[in-house]
Amino acid sequence: MINVLLIVFIITLLYVSIANRIITYVRVLALQGFILFGVTFLQLQEINTLNLVLILLETIVFKAIAVPLFLDYLIKRNNITREAEPYIPNFLSLVITTIIIIATILLANSVKDDHLDKIFFIVALSTLFTGLYFIATRKKIITHVMGYLIIENGVFVLSLAVGNEMPMLVNLGVMLDIFASVLILGIFLNKIGDIFNNVDVDQLSNLKDY
Amino acid sequence: MTGIYLAGAILIIILIYVNRNNIINNVLLILFGLLQSIFTIYQCSNFRGTDLGYFTSDSLGLLFLITLTVVSLPALMHSYLYIKRSPESSRSSRSIYFAALVLLITSIGAAYLANHIAVVWIFTELTTLSASALIYHHRNKLALEGTWKYVFICAISITFVFIGILFLSLSLQGTGSNDLSYSNLMAKSDQLNPFWLRLAFLFIFTGFTAKLGLVPMYTAGVDAKDKAPAPAGALLSSALMNMGFIGIFRIYTVISHTPLHHWANIVIFVSAVLSIFVATVYMTKVVNIKRMFAYSSIEHMGLVMLGVAAGGIGYYAAILHLVLHALVKSSLFFQFNQLYNVFQSKSIAFVGNYFKYNPAGAIVLLFAFISATAMPPSGLFVSEFMIFRALFEGQYIFVLLLVLLLLTIIIWAFAKNIFQILFTPVEGFDDSNVPHISPWESLTQYALLFTAVWLGLNPPEIFVQLIRESVIMLQN
Repeated sequence: MINVLLIVFIITLLYVSIANRIITYVRVLALQGFILFGVTFLQLQEINTLNLVLILLETIVFKAIAVPLFLDYLIKRNNITREAEPYIPNFLSLVITTIIIIATILLANSVKDDHLDKIFFIVALSTLFTGLYFIATRKKIITHVMGYLIIENGVFVLSLAVGNEMPMLVNLGVMLDIFASVLILGIFLNKIGDIFNNVDVDQLSNLKDY
Repeated sequence: MTGIYLAGAILIIILIYVNRNNIINNVLLILFGLLQSIFTIYQCSNFRGTDLGYFTSDSLGLLFLITLTVVSLPALMHSYLYIKRSPESSRSSRSIYFAALVLLITSIGAAYLANHIAVVWIFTELTTLSASALIYHHRNKLALEGTWKYVFICAISITFVFIGILFLSLSLQGTGSNDLSYSNLMAKSDQLNPFWLRLAFLFIFTGFTAKLGLVPMYTAGVDAKDKAPAPAGALLSSALMNMGFIGIFRIYTVISHTPLHHWANIVIFVSAVLSIFVATVYMTKVVNIKRMFAYSSIEHMGLVMLGVAAGGIGYYAAILHLVLHALVKSSLFFQFNQLYNVFQSKSIAFVGNYFKYNPAGAIVLLFAFISATAMPPSGLFVSEFMIFRALFEGQYIFVLLLVLLLLTIIIWAFAKNIFQILFTPVEGFDDSNVPHISPWESLTQYALLFTAVWLGLNPPEIFVQLIRESVIMLQN
């Protein structure tokens, strides 16, 4: 069952790579939150109940509901247009994402370690690189933020892989999530939308040396 | 005592944040200065002791903590002068500034002493938070751009460090222990799984380069030091960089006991040489004085990491270089505000003939320039010389030649700009409104610069002992 959920998680990455509209990104982030809820519930069987409840609450309340709603609110408030505006065509994006996933699978197969479920490693690493790829190829700042949130979800999957032995690391991951999201989204909400009218990264290029 | 320090610092931060009264604010700042000094003295007496289970006063942590305190006291003083003089600062922006500054100093100090990688990571997050508040102090478009870039890149880099910690825990799994403290990692270093350890080092190294200021994540730091007020920029380019170094160095110490040592050296070499190269390219182009200082910091961090990668005497030289660089670079940043008060510009093109308006400050700039480019009698000359010797002894002749060539270009560019600032009159500059600047404001800069010379040329025995002990765990 965990494997099914994780494979669905990978498929969401492919889906994002060909998505045209920003709202699709938001929905995929919400879906990823629900998937992580399921994976956490099934995977972390050995940690104490209170801790598990906290982590589950974080995935369902924070990742799956609060952050997507907040992003939705940001998009409306700042009048961000609906197009995701990638720099390169969707088809090429799909190919590159696929290459990333295949490369991580090949890398994972070279590992000889019985302690790790390889699928966690594959999902985490391919999410990380796909997220970085999204950040590099999308034009709007808000899609950069979403790329970062996707990376965080991937990291969360990796922390679940060692979660039974070291629950502390999962808690740290939760902390990172809340801390970074609040910091990044907070700045976004309060400032960038007010000061810059149309939030493309092109506008953020005044600090330079030539 | 660490508990009392952290609790006291948090209390002071909250009080500064809610307080709107000038006098109470100053009292709180003095209180924090006292607390920081007492804490440092206590840690000296508590050498090798552990507090709260997670904070050990080892030699490297102690050395950097003393440096932090020495730099942060003048930083508080210059911040006070800066805020008093800046016309736009409201009371709320003042309290946010000082609260963030105190939080930055506290979290850097705690990160130095932490003996557990997860604790270092938590305090690294806190430095990102406090630094972003400092960078956004001016509340304008450019400050926002700088803050956004800093926050975003630092968020990605702390995520990288976190992934590194996860891989580290995977590499530890075969050993039957899951304690991620540095001492345990060191004890188990021969049983760590090399594959995961390799990935862990790559991610942790990449993550901490955002704080240390190396390729690939150096960009955020440059914008941050440019947009933050200069007294805060002094901390960002000295103490915070040392914190990035400690994050990498402690894990590197573990790696040096494994077969991956040689590979890690290559990674560091590539990053360090690229950093010096990038610094050279920008130094020749740069027009903004603060950014010039920031690129000079990147060059120095590249040299430090070269020393670490070369090994031998390079380890000793690297730590010495970091301490001296922190003193020199912070005095350059402290001097910047006086310069700005005279010319009202950051651009080298609109600044010149500084000797005429503020001789005491101009001598600081000249002397700090000599120190930062490591010409004798600067203390940095000694450490840089030892780094070159380490490269030579390690048979890295080509790296040495390349770095010497790049350094020559950096000295040329740095000198060209500094001499323009000091001696060349600017056409059309109206000097009727130039304020009188008290020479006493340059006193702390003189003190820092002379300390750097003294520590370099005639280091006291205890200082040498502390550096030796910091690198004793490294395998040669």
